[in-house]
Amino acid sequence: MLHVAIATRAFRRYSTYRAATLAGMFTNSVFGVIYSFAYLALWRANPTAGGYDSVDAVTYVWLGQALLMTVALWGGGTTDGLAERIRTGDVAIDLYRPVGLVGWYLAADLGRAAYHLVTRGLGPTLLGLLLFDIRLPASTAAGLAFLLSVVLAVVVSFAIRFLVAASTFWLLDDAGVRVMSGALAMFFSGMVLPLTLFPGWLGTLAHALPWSAFVQVPNDIWLGHHEGALLAALGFQALWALVLLGACQVVLGAATRKVVVQGG
Amino acid sequence: MAEAVVHAQRYVDIAWLWIRAAWQYPASFVMLAVGNGLINLLDFLGLWIMFSHLDRLGGFALHEVAFLYGASSLGIGVADTLIGSVERIGTYIRTGRLDQMLTKPVPLLVQVCADQFTLRRLGRITQAAVVFAWACTYVDWSPLRVVAAVSMVASGAVVFFGLFVAFSCVQFWTHDASEFANAFTYGGATVAQYPLSIFPREVLVGLTFVIPIAFVNWYPSLFILGREDPYAMPAWFQWSSPLAAAATMLVALSVWRLGVRRYTSTGS
Repeated sequence: MLHVAIATRAFRRYSTYRAATLAGMFTNSVFGVIYSFAYLALWRANPTAGGYDSVDAVTYVWLGQALLMTVALWGGGTTDGLAERIRTGDVAIDLYRPVGLVGWYLAADLGRAAYHLVTRGLGPTLLGLLLFDIRLPASTAAGLAFLLSVVLAVVVSFAIRFLVAASTFWLLDDAGVRVMSGALAMFFSGMVLPLTLFPGWLGTLAHALPWSAFVQVPNDIWLGHHEGALLAALGFQALWALVLLGACQVVLGAATRKVVVQGG
Repeated sequence: MAEAVVHAQRYVDIAWLWIRAAWQYPASFVMLAVGNGLINLLDFLGLWIMFSHLDRLGGFALHEVAFLYGASSLGIGVADTLIGSVERIGTYIRTGRLDQMLTKPVPLLVQVCADQFTLRRLGRITQAAVVFAWACTYVDWSPLRVVAAVSMVASGAVVFFGLFVAFSCVQFWTHDASEFANAFTYGGATVAQYPLSIFPREVLVGLTFVIPIAFVNWYPSLFILGREDPYAMPAWFQWSSPLAAAATMLVALSVWRLGVRRYTSTGS
């Protein structure tokens, strides 16, 4: 119940910045249009590249734009506040609380993601529907599975961002790690280019890394490319979510001991 | 003219201050530079993977697209390094720092642009320069083409200068809409990474007459690469990049003055 309250408040906190949301939706739409034409040119030259057709490709672009902020590909989200609190030492107060730190920030981040999905996700997608030929989910089941997959994507992304923020305990400044992590997330999530286009071992590697859970897996579920193996796709995401959340707890434990040693 | 030299001197002073400050955390500095280079490296790797599935994109081969990509990335990289801080103007307004700046004997624009100057985008400029240099080895050079290339890179940077300043001014009216500018600055750089032949004619017209992104690299590159203009625009456009750059800068400075005149402190 407590975590639901945290999530709803995070949702409302983000909804305060209306102009920022509108500006962001506009920017997502502009990039959506640019990439749509780029992909259309690619699939005109090679109509079956990566096992997609041109409608799949354009749909992929707009879903990617919808997920960009929802999954917080570049970093950001509630973990940014955590990094700041670690730097200032305020995190000591968070650690006093009778609520787990990971659960607290995860709940807030899910609230944030819900807000970004309804505004910056839905808005540009509707524009994409108007301007281009876009594929809708094959069935209600596929649509629901997509939503579940997005939730799992946010959890995996949250865990990675939490680990990045926790690096502040040791480095005192997570800016460098954050940029690196964002760069890898953009590329290996399939945001720059669908992972199905990656050749040979690079493709195999990219599909196995946790970042593919951010964009490639939810998009493929929407497009119906996981028809027979829906559970395997969701299981892949859930597995990475569990492993990385576990890592968060371990790292937090190690960091807490360090804080105590420092008398912090 | 003498005044401009003094302003440039002030800019360098402030920028040098920030470089020395950033260098106090060498590990973070290096990681930021490498990380920024990595973003662009992976970006270009994406383009390269794209070309493993086709021979020509919009009628252009990989080395030609790399030429466009390099020129566009160089332009925005240089502009972003020199004046990218102007994006943060909304934060300065919100926190009241702009009031402090207004009391100092250095032009506001110089202060805002030099504030928190960082060399971390050197990674991006280096990567762009390497791609551009590689693409240049495929060009059939003549003295005239060299002139066109130098003018293209310089004008490209100035066009992005103008776009950064002009669209950041939106924040004088709405403080938290900084992302609006990204659609034109980073969005513009992304458009320019592709041959404009992949877009409908309306887009090209917009990128020529409304937001002069086509002058950053497209028109001069057509001349340098010796390509026929697929849209048959006037040939003198291919030499008009400096003109477009000057016009963008002029508009940007007027918008800036308008914004500053309209500025009233938040009082916090």
